[in-house]
Amino acid sequence: MHNGILYLAGQGLKDMMLPIIGSELIVNLIMTLICIVIIFLLVAVSALVFTYGERRICALIQVRIGPNRVGPQGLLQSTADMLKLLTKEDIIPVGIDRWMWVLSPILIFIPSAMIYALFPFDDGVIFADVNIGLFLLLAISSQSVLPFLMGGYASNSKYSMLGGMRTVAQMLAYEVPMVISLLGIVMITGSLKMSAIVEAQSNVWFIFLQPLAFLIYMTTALVESNRPPFNIVEGESEIIAGPFTEYTGMRWALFFLAEFANLLSIGILTSVLFLGGWQGPDFLPTQLWFWIKAFFMVIVYQWIGWTFPRLRIDTMLNFGWKVLLPLALINLLLTGIGIYVVNAL
Amino acid sequence: MEIVDVVPPMLKDNVIVTSVDALFKWGKANSIWPLSSGLACCSIEMMCAAASRFDLARFGYEVFRSCPRQSDLLIVAGTLTWKMTPPLIRLYEEMPEPKYVIAMGNCNIGGGPFSDSYSVVTGLDQIMPVDVYLPGCPPRPEALIDAMLKLKKRIQHPELAAGSEEAREKSRQALREMTDGEPVAEKVE
Repeated sequence: MHNGILYLAGQGLKDMMLPIIGSELIVNLIMTLICIVIIFLLVAVSALVFTYGERRICALIQVRIGPNRVGPQGLLQSTADMLKLLTKEDIIPVGIDRWMWVLSPILIFIPSAMIYALFPFDDGVIFADVNIGLFLLLAISSQSVLPFLMGGYASNSKYSMLGGMRTVAQMLAYEVPMVISLLGIVMITGSLKMSAIVEAQSNVWFIFLQPLAFLIYMTTALVESNRPPFNIVEGESEIIAGPFTEYTGMRWALFFLAEFANLLSIGILTSVLFLGGWQGPDFLPTQLWFWIKAFFMVIVYQWIGWTFPRLRIDTMLNFGWKVLLPLALINLLLTGIGIYVVNAL
Repeated sequence: MEIVDVVPPMLKDNVIVTSVDALFKWGKANSIWPLSSGLACCSIEMMCAAASRFDLARFGYEVFRSCPRQSDLLIVAGTLTWKMTPPLIRLYEEMPEPKYVIAMGNCNIGGGPFSDSYSVVTGLDQIMPVDVYLPGCPPRPEALIDAMLKLKKRIQHPELAAGSEEAREKSRQALREMTDGEPVAEKVE
């Protein structure tokens, strides 16, 4: 029986509504709508919090202070930024592919928000616990390459086009090792279901069984979400701002929002796949464990990002194909041998 | 222009204009993102202002964008030659409104030691409207931070700098003349 706080709260709400409304179908519909609103709120709020958090953490690492004048301890800094971006002039350049240019920042938000439906937030709390969970998750997250390419192509600018092409190149080079490194987890669990993957870690977290896969996954996750030191898509010193070069104000802010939604989702995904998800010692509620692990991983990703300099595109692609892919295959082989030996004992 | 001024005098008593304007002004003033462009030695001081000893980030102004489409402030840092003016004007025109300009250093305020030269622009306000003049050769990073705080004050209280509007209009006209290649007066006729 599930006993997470979120699960009990959801059940309580359902039981409260059922006698009032009567039809179970309508209650389920209302619950689904509430879940969608919660996901979008989570994504929007996390973007606001993370812009401030990232600037403070970056400042901490570079021996600076960071934003501390706007509001108490600078907490209103990202609010001020958003207000300013709302009031900026909306420049639509001449000679662009209008429809694709306008659609690109809207479409980029969809895969970033959609994968939140597949995260097991708590015991029994997962919006869509499908039996191909992990596969679907990787399939959806790799869709985010298309809006980048669309925006890059539609802007009719050399920098944007180069940025769009770079996205495709790095996505191809890093999606393959990522999938193969995660295959080890699937082999041990024997299921692609996200809830089953968390259940399988009740005794030992997968970071101890699959340390190599963990390192490969961390590297590829940074690339997938365009975090520094792998943010060559918008490498400022080379291609200005990559696919975003021609976007102003709120259109550009939407790209920004998707980037921070991706940062939170790789933090959550790492904790779910390797750190046991919502499971932890009993002295704290499961929901709290989930967020502690997710935010810890987000801070680790930001730490990596602000410590290392940006890579060059050719060295990065070489690293993906020639180092990470063989390592992921070796990990897969070792996992297979390990499972065989354990079963034979 | 204030939003209050947009309301026709006839409707002044019927339309309520709330202080959302003040909120947006607060947002604009607290999030000035400079364009990372430098012309000469003043830009070294500009870089220094964002680094750890002076830390421009405390005020939230450290987001140096390399793309003019996403930046609000053009810091013209250093000696400006006539040959460099077309690219600079192009960068200025690529920035979305509302946009601001800081003339940093003696050279582009009035030519500085090169005021007799054939190639140096003697006064940035000949080619674009300037919001804050920051003298010094080069100005210290603290001075740049002070200039940005002056700009913040100017954004939040535009009436404080009302007297310079005529001079700014002159600069805007000069910019129009330079970019269109013909005097504005003729174009109107």
